[in-house]
Amino acid sequence: MTRRSLSSGSGIAVAVWLLFLLACVWLVSRASFTADLSAFLPRSPTQEQQLLVDQLKSGVASRLILIGIEGGDPAARLRTSRELAARLRTDAQFLHIANGEMQGMERDRQILLDKRYLLSPAVNPERFSVEGLRAGINDSLDLLASSAGLFSKALLPRDPTGEFMQLLEAMGNSAQPQSDDGVWVARDGQRALLLARTRAEGADIDGQATAVAAIRSAFQAVEAPGTRLALTGPGPFSVNARATIKDDVTRLSGIGMAIIVGLLLLVYRSPTALMLGLLPVLSGALAGVAAVSLGFGVVHGITLGFGTALIGEAVDYSIYLFMQSEQADAAAGDPRRHWIATYWPTIRIGVLTSVFGFASLLFSGFPGLAQLGLYAISGLLTAALVTRFVLPHLLPAKLRVRDVSEPGRRLQAWVARAGGLRGGVWLLFAAACALLAVKHDSLWNRELAALSPVPLADQQLDMNMRADLGAPDVRYLVVVTAPSEEAALVASERAAEALEKLQAAGGIDGFESPARYLPSQASQRQRLASLPADAELRQRFAAATAGLPLRADRFEPFFAEVAHARSQPPLTRQDLAGSSLAEGVDALMMESGGRWTALLPLRASAANQHLIDAAQVRAALTAGKPPAAGSKLVFVDIKGETDRLYAGYLQEAILLSLAGLGAILLLLLLATRSLRRVFRIVAPLAVAVAVVIAGLVLAGQQLTILHLVGMLLVVAVGSNYALFFDQGSFDQGSFDQGSFDQGHFDQGSVNGGIAPRTLASLLLATTTTVAGFGILAFSSVPVLSAIGATVGPGAILALVFSAILARAT
Amino acid sequence: MSLFGLRCLGALLLAIGLAAPAAAAPLGLGQLMEALAASPHGTATFTEKKYISFLEQPVESSGTLRFVAPARLEKNTLKPTAESLVLDGAVLTLERGKRKQVLQLKDYPEIAGMIESIRATLAGDRRALEKVYRLSLQGTTARWTLVLEPLDPRVARMVTRIRMDGAQAEVRTVEIQQAGGDYSIMTIEAMP
Repeated sequence: MTRRSLSSGSGIAVAVWLLFLLACVWLVSRASFTADLSAFLPRSPTQEQQLLVDQLKSGVASRLILIGIEGGDPAARLRTSRELAARLRTDAQFLHIANGEMQGMERDRQILLDKRYLLSPAVNPERFSVEGLRAGINDSLDLLASSAGLFSKALLPRDPTGEFMQLLEAMGNSAQPQSDDGVWVARDGQRALLLARTRAEGADIDGQATAVAAIRSAFQAVEAPGTRLALTGPGPFSVNARATIKDDVTRLSGIGMAIIVGLLLLVYRSPTALMLGLLPVLSGALAGVAAVSLGFGVVHGITLGFGTALIGEAVDYSIYLFMQSEQADAAAGDPRRHWIATYWPTIRIGVLTSVFGFASLLFSGFPGLAQLGLYAISGLLTAALVTRFVLPHLLPAKLRVRDVSEPGRRLQAWVARAGGLRGGVWLLFAAACALLAVKHDSLWNRELAALSPVPLADQQLDMNMRADLGAPDVRYLVVVTAPSEEAALVASERAAEALEKLQAAGGIDGFESPARYLPSQASQRQRLASLPADAELRQRFAAATAGLPLRADRFEPFFAEVAHARSQPPLTRQDLAGSSLAEGVDALMMESGGRWTALLPLRASAANQHLIDAAQVRAALTAGKPPAAGSKLVFVDIKGETDRLYAGYLQEAILLSLAGLGAILLLLLLATRSLRRVFRIVAPLAVAVAVVIAGLVLAGQQLTILHLVGMLLVVAVGSNYALFFDQGSFDQGSFDQGSFDQGHFDQGSVNGGIAPRTLASLLLATTTTVAGFGILAFSSVPVLSAIGATVGPGAILALVFSAILARAT
Repeated sequence: MSLFGLRCLGALLLAIGLAAPAAAAPLGLGQLMEALAASPHGTATFTEKKYISFLEQPVESSGTLRFVAPARLEKNTLKPTAESLVLDGAVLTLERGKRKQVLQLKDYPEIAGMIESIRATLAGDRRALEKVYRLSLQGTTARWTLVLEPLDPRVARMVTRIRMDGAQAEVRTVEIQQAGGDYSIMTIEAMP
C-alpha cells in the first residue's frame, strides 16, 4: 500500500487534495460566523427550554439596552439625557426610548380616564348595584379627607366610584426609577439613565451592533464636556463579546502562529520546509471550518479561536515527518518511505486516539461542544492524512532540515536520568488526586454565567443600572401561548386570577400582564354589560347616596359618561396607539408563525430574597381555571432553567468524556494487545491531567465544561508523546501495519530507548502545541482561556511525565 | 402617577401651618421672617376642613404636624383614615394603608416651587418665598395675616391664594383657596 501510494498514486493524491481544498474554500467562503449565545443553547430543546431560547433570543429583556451617562456635572448629564433621548426617538430602529420624561403622559391619562369602564378590572355587576355604588362613593369621600383630597375631588363628579384612581394605582405599581428634574438618575445621583428597546431581536447581533453604533453616534453629537456613555444589556454585551472574541482570536492566533513559524524556521532552517510543513495545518484548519459550517450551518467565534490553537497540534505531524525521516540511514533508501513504515503507525494510533476522544463531544447536546468536536476531528484527520499521503509527494528529494541528532542525544541523556524521578511523579499524582478528592464538591462551576464573555465589571455595572432603573431582569415568567391575540389575552387574564391569589398569599410581590393594558374583548364586553341603563343607574345612584352629604345634581357628568361608555365598542390595540399602554402590550405580546405569546413577568419579593418558589407558582396556576383548548400556560425560571441546562451539559459532557476515554483505552488495547503497555501509555496522561487540574484548583479556578475539553485535548496531544516513548521502549516499527502481534513487539524490546531525533521532534511538537494553546490562556474570553490554561501546561507535563515514566532501558 | 403626585403635593400645602415658639413682636415682613427663622422646629395638632362645592358639608380630618428646620415637614393624619406624609429635602413620601409612594419634588415642577416656598415660610426664608409669591403682611405681632399669591400662572391654576393667620412666631390657621371656589381651612394648635 505504501509503495503504491508513493509512486503511481502521487498524482491522484495531490489532485484529490487540491479538489478537497477547493471544496473547503468554497464552503468557508459561504459560511456564516456568529458570536452570540447560540453556542450555549440546546440543539433539541424541551418545551421549557424552547421558551427560554425564545426569550434569550428575542424576548423583551433581550431587546433592552441600558444607557448610563456618567461624568460631568448633574445639569450637563440631564441635558445630555434629554438631547440623546430626543435624537434616538427619531430613529426607527428603536421601538421605545425612556428617560423619565413624561412622554405621552397626557395621552395615557386621557385613555385611562375615557376608557376606565373598559379597562378597570373592578367593573362588574356588583360594582354598579346600590351597595357597590355606595361602597365606591364612600371610598371616594374617604379619599377627600386625605391629604390628596383637594386634588382627587376634581374627578369625583365624573367618577364617583373612583375607577380612574383604581386604574392609576394598578398601572403605576411597578417600581419607578429615581429622577432629577424629570430625568431618570441612579440612586446615588451620579449617572443619568435611559432605557432603549430595539426593533432588532437580541440574537440579531448585526442589528444590535447598528443600534449600539446609533446610540454612540447620537451621544457624540450631543455630549456635554466630561460626560461618558455606559451601555449594558444583552445587545451591547453580544456586540462587545463578538468584538472581543474577534480581537482575541486574531491577536492570539497571530502571536501563536508567529511563535510557531519562528520555531519551525529556527529548527528547519529552510523556508521551503516551513511552507510545506504548514500545508497540512492550513488544510486541516480549512477542513475544520468547512465541516462545522456544513454540519451546523453557522460557525461560532469560539470554535475559530479554538481552531487556531489546534494548529499547534496539527503542525506536529509534519514535524514528525521532517525530523524523523532524517534519521533513516542511507541504506534504507527513500527516507520518507522509511518514515511511513516506521513512524506512521504510531502517529496513526495517536490521531485515532484524538479522534476517539473528540468524537464523544459530537454527541453533546451543547452545540458549542459539538462544534469543537467536529472541528477537531476533521482538522486533525485532514492534517494527518495530508501529512501522510500528500506531503511526501511534495517534498523535494534533496530537502534536508537541520540535523537535530546532537541536541537529541543530550535530551536522550536527560531522559535516561529522568526515570529516577518516577517516585516523585507518583507522589505528585497522589497529592493531586488527594486535593481533587478533598475539593470534590466545589470542583465544578455549575452556572452558565461562568462561560459568559462579559467582563465582571460590566456585569456589575449592568446589575447596578438595572436595579436603579427597576428594569425587569425577567427571571421569572409565566408564558402564555395561544392561537390568537384574543385567546392569549383571555389566558393571561385567567393566569392573572391565579397569580393574584398567589400574590395575596405572599408567594410573589406582583406581576405584569399585557391584559392589564389591553383586556380581552370578552372581559371588556362583560364590563360593558355590567353598566346599567341610564334610568336604572340614576335610580340606584339616588338610593346609594341617600343620607350622604352629596349634592346629587352635581353628578350629571357621571351619568353622561356611563351612557357614553355603554355605546362604545371594546378597545383594540389600535386604540392605544401612541400611549405607554400600547408600549406595555407590545413589550409583553408577540406573534410568530400564527401563534401568540403573552408574557407575565413575576416580581419576587425582597422578603423571599428575591426568589420565587417554582413549585408554588405551578401549583397556583394548576389550581386556577385551566386555559382554553389550544392555549397553554408555562412557568419559566430563566436563570434556573439556564443553570439547569448548563448543569445538564456538564453532566453529559463528563459522561461523554468518560465514554471517549473508554474508547481510547479500547483502541490502545486493540493496538498493543497488552494491558501493561496501555497502562504505560495512559499513565503519564492521567498524571498530567490530574496535576494540571489540581494546579487550576489551587489557583482558585472552578472547572467549567471547557476545562473538560482542555483535558480531552491534553489526552489527545499527550497520547502522541506517550506512544512515541512507548514505541521507543520497543522496536522501531513495532506498530507496523497488519501486525499488532505480540511477538513482534517483544522482538524489539531489547534494544529499546527513544531515538534522539524522535525526542527532538517531540520537544518541538510540544513547544508548538504550547505556543498554540498556551497563548489562549491570555484570552479575556473565559471559554478560550480555560482551554489555554489547561492544554498549555498539560502538554508540557504530558511530555515530561511520558519521559519520566517511560520504561527504563 | 403624575396625578397621584399632584395629590400628594397638594396635601403638603395643607401641612404648612406649623407652630413655633413665640419670639419678638414682628410688624414688618422682615421681622416676621426673622422670628420664623429663629424657631427651628415645632410640633402641633391640626384640624382641617375642606369645603367642596358638591358636598353639603365640609370634610374633616385631624392629626399632628411637625416641622424640623430647615427642610423636613411631617403630617400625620389620624382621623378619619391614618396617613403619613413626609417632605424631606426634595423627597416626598406618602403612606396610606399598605401603599407607600416616594416622589421626587423635582418631577413635578409646576408645584415644586410652590411647595418649597411654603416650606420656606416656616423656615423664614424670605428670598426663596419671593421667587414664587407676591407677599403681603397685615396686622400686629399679636395677630398678623400673611397672604401669598402665586406669581407663576401654572401654580395659580391650582391655588389662587394662601392665607396664614398667626400670632408672634406661630402660624394658627392656613386657608387655601382654589380656583373654582373650593377651599380648605386648617387650624393649628401648638403642642407644649
